[in-house]
Amino acid sequence: MLDKTQIAKRIAREVKNGQYINLGIGIPTLVANYISENLEVVLQSENGLLGIGPFPTEDKIDPDLINAGKQTITMVKGSALFNSADSFAMIRGGHVHLTILGAMEVSENGDISNWKIPGKMVKGMGGAMDLVASAENIIVAMQHCSKDGQSKLLKECSLPITGIKCVKKIVTDLAVLDVLPEGGFKLLERAPGVSVEEIVSKTEGRLLVEGEIPEMVFD
Amino acid sequence: MITKTVTNAAEAVKDVVSDSVLMFGGFGLCGIPENCIQALLQKDLTGLTCVSNNAGVDDFGIGLMLKKRMVKKMISSYVGENAEFERQLLSGELEVDLIPQGTLAERIRAGGAGIPAFFTPAGAGTEVAEGKEMREFEGKMYLMEKGLRADFAFVKAWKGDTAGNLIFKGTARNFNPMMATAGIITIAEVEELVPAGTLDPNHIHTPGIYVQRIFQGVDYEKRIEQRTVSKG
Repeated sequence: MLDKTQIAKRIAREVKNGQYINLGIGIPTLVANYISENLEVVLQSENGLLGIGPFPTEDKIDPDLINAGKQTITMVKGSALFNSADSFAMIRGGHVHLTILGAMEVSENGDISNWKIPGKMVKGMGGAMDLVASAENIIVAMQHCSKDGQSKLLKECSLPITGIKCVKKIVTDLAVLDVLPEGGFKLLERAPGVSVEEIVSKTEGRLLVEGEIPEMVFD
Repeated sequence: MITKTVTNAAEAVKDVVSDSVLMFGGFGLCGIPENCIQALLQKDLTGLTCVSNNAGVDDFGIGLMLKKRMVKKMISSYVGENAEFERQLLSGELEVDLIPQGTLAERIRAGGAGIPAFFTPAGAGTEVAEGKEMREFEGKMYLMEKGLRADFAFVKAWKGDTAGNLIFKGTARNFNPMMATAGIITIAEVEELVPAGTLDPNHIHTPGIYVQRIFQGVDYEKRIEQRTVSKG
């Protein structure tokens, strides 16, 4: 099984040179720590910044400089600041190449639910609906099963949907899977020590397993 | 130049009445009009509709207006930092319209720009699209969203001049520039107010035409929600 850091490390391998990337809150934020230094990429924060840098040292904290998770941050050289309408013009206009976000559920046709539990959680969707409606590549970071053991990779989402037919790849604590254009999950890699049988038993949606499934390797 | 200056927040908000529609700039607590919120709290207002990306926290920002039961309806994209908000919402005391963040920004921009409605892909196939007009463009579904305006828009800028020109700093810009355009009366509070002619026109983010009143704010707390540091 992968821990949160390993999920972030595995997703970081999907990043390509020259990409503008939006990272969601939680595990996706950690991905920034593991992107290869050989790649030139720019991180977008939907509250109005291209070029998110590391957290500031104590003496460099600026309350006027935060990320979308409301954390204090810094800017890298060559950064640009803009307003929220411009920020979502970048997102909706397809200028952001890769979106990495968390999910409560993903369906076998790539629908994602991550914003609401009726009667329980009413926090709002923030920028997630705009992001999933437009990004050309969406990778989801999440646990394979809920705390009570229910699969989160489903035939159909049971929770209110954030976006339809948008997720391309999923990295869970158990596996890496593609969402096929014609529907269905395709198993690509398994976590160290996790069997194909375990992944099959914990995936409710249609799952394609072809040939030998390699085990992920971490440094 | 037309002079827009008023002496302080109390004077700036003097004609805000109950049941008005108000916009507040800011993302989380970053770039919120702290002085105007404090001045509104001193007034006996109810039934307000507040447009703001977030709803503050329990003891700061718009959260204080919620606590005082001044707000009838919130129009926001994310309200997860405010337990009092969640309580009032789940108990039915507060109406809320949750809108995708980009749609909210664009509705305000459109409202200020004289665009009555537009089509966006955000929310297609979700409950956000329920009851809205759908159109297909080049094989993809879009929903119609309407422009938003407000009786009063409260914005916070870093620097401003007596003509109402504004410059923002860092990510405190966020929703402020669009809201400035969408207020029938736009009130700007700034950290530093200078005479017209002092700011470089090349650097103005919001031209003064959108601003009806401006004043230099005092005692900015600029509270940080998530203080994250690296060891350096």
